[in-house]
Amino acid sequence: MKHTLSVLVENKPGVLTRIAGLFARRGYNISSLAVGETDDPDVSRMTIVVSGDEVVIEQVCKQLNKLVDVIKLTDITDKEFIGREMIFIKVNCPDAKARMEIMQFVDIFRARVVDIGKDTMIIEATGEAAKIDAIEDTLRPFGIRDFVRTGQIAMVRGAKNPKHPKKSN
Amino acid sequence: MKMKAAESLMKILEDHGVDVIFGYPGGAVLPIYDAILKNDNIKHVLVRNEQAAPHAASGYAKMKNRPGVCLATSGPGATNLVTGIATAYMDSVPMVAITGQVSTPMIGTDAFQEVDITGITMPITKHNYLVKDAKDLPRIMSEAFHVASTGRPGPVLVDIPRDVADTMIEHPDDLTVNIKGYKPTYKGHNSQIKKIVKALEKAEAPLIMAGGGMQYAGAGDELKEFAERIDAPVVTTLNAISIFPETDKRALGMLGMHGRPAANYAVSHCDLLISLGARFGDRATGSVGKFAKKATIIHIDIDPAEIGKNVRVDVPIVGDVKIILKDLNAAVEQRDHSEWNSKVADWKLEHPMSDQYGNESDLKPQKILELLGDLTRDRAVVTTDVGQHQMWTALHYDFEKERTLITSGGLGTMGYGFPAAIGAQMADPEKLVICVTGDGSFQMSLPEMATAIEHCLPIKIVLMNNSSLSLVKQLQHFQCDRRYSGIDFTANPDFCLLAQAYGVKTFRIEKEEEMEEKLAEALASEGLTLIECIVSDKEMVYPFVPGKKGLDEMVKFEKLK
Repeated sequence: MKHTLSVLVENKPGVLTRIAGLFARRGYNISSLAVGETDDPDVSRMTIVVSGDEVVIEQVCKQLNKLVDVIKLTDITDKEFIGREMIFIKVNCPDAKARMEIMQFVDIFRARVVDIGKDTMIIEATGEAAKIDAIEDTLRPFGIRDFVRTGQIAMVRGAKNPKHPKKSN
Repeated sequence: MKMKAAESLMKILEDHGVDVIFGYPGGAVLPIYDAILKNDNIKHVLVRNEQAAPHAASGYAKMKNRPGVCLATSGPGATNLVTGIATAYMDSVPMVAITGQVSTPMIGTDAFQEVDITGITMPITKHNYLVKDAKDLPRIMSEAFHVASTGRPGPVLVDIPRDVADTMIEHPDDLTVNIKGYKPTYKGHNSQIKKIVKALEKAEAPLIMAGGGMQYAGAGDELKEFAERIDAPVVTTLNAISIFPETDKRALGMLGMHGRPAANYAVSHCDLLISLGARFGDRATGSVGKFAKKATIIHIDIDPAEIGKNVRVDVPIVGDVKIILKDLNAAVEQRDHSEWNSKVADWKLEHPMSDQYGNESDLKPQKILELLGDLTRDRAVVTTDVGQHQMWTALHYDFEKERTLITSGGLGTMGYGFPAAIGAQMADPEKLVICVTGDGSFQMSLPEMATAIEHCLPIKIVLMNNSSLSLVKQLQHFQCDRRYSGIDFTANPDFCLLAQAYGVKTFRIEKEEEMEEKLAEALASEGLTLIECIVSDKEMVYPFVPGKKGLDEMVKFEKLK
């Protein structure tokens, strides 16, 4: 089963290596990983999607928590959360007919066309993994020239977000 | 106060009670060696190969129960530390390893003697740092000592570029450590304590399994009280040996792959196993599926990640084992398990360790260790290397006093014992320090004889020489159908002559008749002393648990009647 972990880490060089190294070394599988600075520049948030049974996930969490640079880890899988991925897809569109069709699909998925070239278009879309998969499937018949997909970022609904620990002084 | 970062480093070492550094100089650590020269309170022990430095720091740390410090230059100096750091990591030894690094503008350019040592040691340190800004150095060093010595101890490496060490900085007055992501738990959770008390009340055949964490917690007294209170026998892992007196009636000694029969039987038959600061390593459990099958398992550990990692656990509790044992001793009523204890005592009687000597040979290494135990267990600290001699020491010496065995358990590092003895002797110059080693292991640390001579360390080296790597030979005997490969030393030196060249006093024991007299004489002699025992390469370590077998399926030596 896939688990979504929301991890606050020190925003320092080498932290990503520590985490990626831990996964590699202990044989855990990262499905996706997204990382970026938070509103506190000393702290980054990683959203890690990892697959494994309960025993594996428990070990993943414990081993991650053991890293000195990991400030707080929350497994949000069982919480109400909003999860989003983003993609760019560059598709073939050799003629006006194809362009019209693609634009219709784009509308249905509430995606956006962000670039039109001589015979290609770039579509930008955000959404849950399932929606992203559906967009990909829909556009595949046109011929996908290039495909970029971010890892999932996620946030728990309501007031119980895993907050930054209060800083002393 | 303004000073060079290297001087600030020395000041912080002093503040942490460091009185000795084991190290080896080089280009990238010149500023640090310059600062060492200016310091009167910290002694530098120049090892002969950097690999000995972390081993010595480990021996020191295990004696003093506080971080040992080693120091090496960048590149090859740093990489030579790796085995020692990994050894310390596996056995949770508190250690601060300091390496020099090429100057910051040169980092990443494949400069002379440049190596990414923080990258290399990431999986084998509790934490590590590359100091890029000199003003961070005091804070980082303070954090390093804090992380190394608190929670589950472990090695921390600090990589210091040469220009950083040379930079003038303000040495801060306040070096209070506050690491957001590092807050170990010490106090055990009350509801878990209650669960343990309940389990203890239900148990009819409880067994205590002490692990290496007990040594760092210094919980020997609490353990003795606990064992009496719950009326349970005690088995120990290799790293826990000596935390509980093996001469005590409750002591069953080491469990595991080469565990004592009574210990292994007790594990297989107990209905409650209380693990104290042990990590259920594979050498202790045998086949995990067959481990303590009848037992409810209580796991007490300071490292949450250890709980449920290797074996299923029924009642976990995270915290300092000393604090938790105190809580338990206060909460548990006196129990009586005389039936179970007499069953265990019968196993002990039926399978005395003297039955496990193996085939007859002229000079029995097991007997030497038994004798060594009788002569020194009240006053000595014993370090071992890795091999048959290590297992025999664990099985036949009968340790009595807390923290008197220093050995490489988790990583099984040959070459550990002698430098560890150097560290132990530096930590306590008055102590009788004995290094039990084999001809294979000793040859990995031979040059350190010069280090020991240089510092007038009166270590007694007991060398079991059988011109063979006989623990490997034993594995090949049973697992490779007696195809012995790469295990004979056909050109060993004359170890006595070699040691004499270093200025070491030497004794050679070849027959059992001369064992007692020579051993006593050697132990009484002054200065660094080598006692070479010529033993047979046909000896085996008994008992042993073959691969994939449970502990109660161990192979014991059957005496020819």
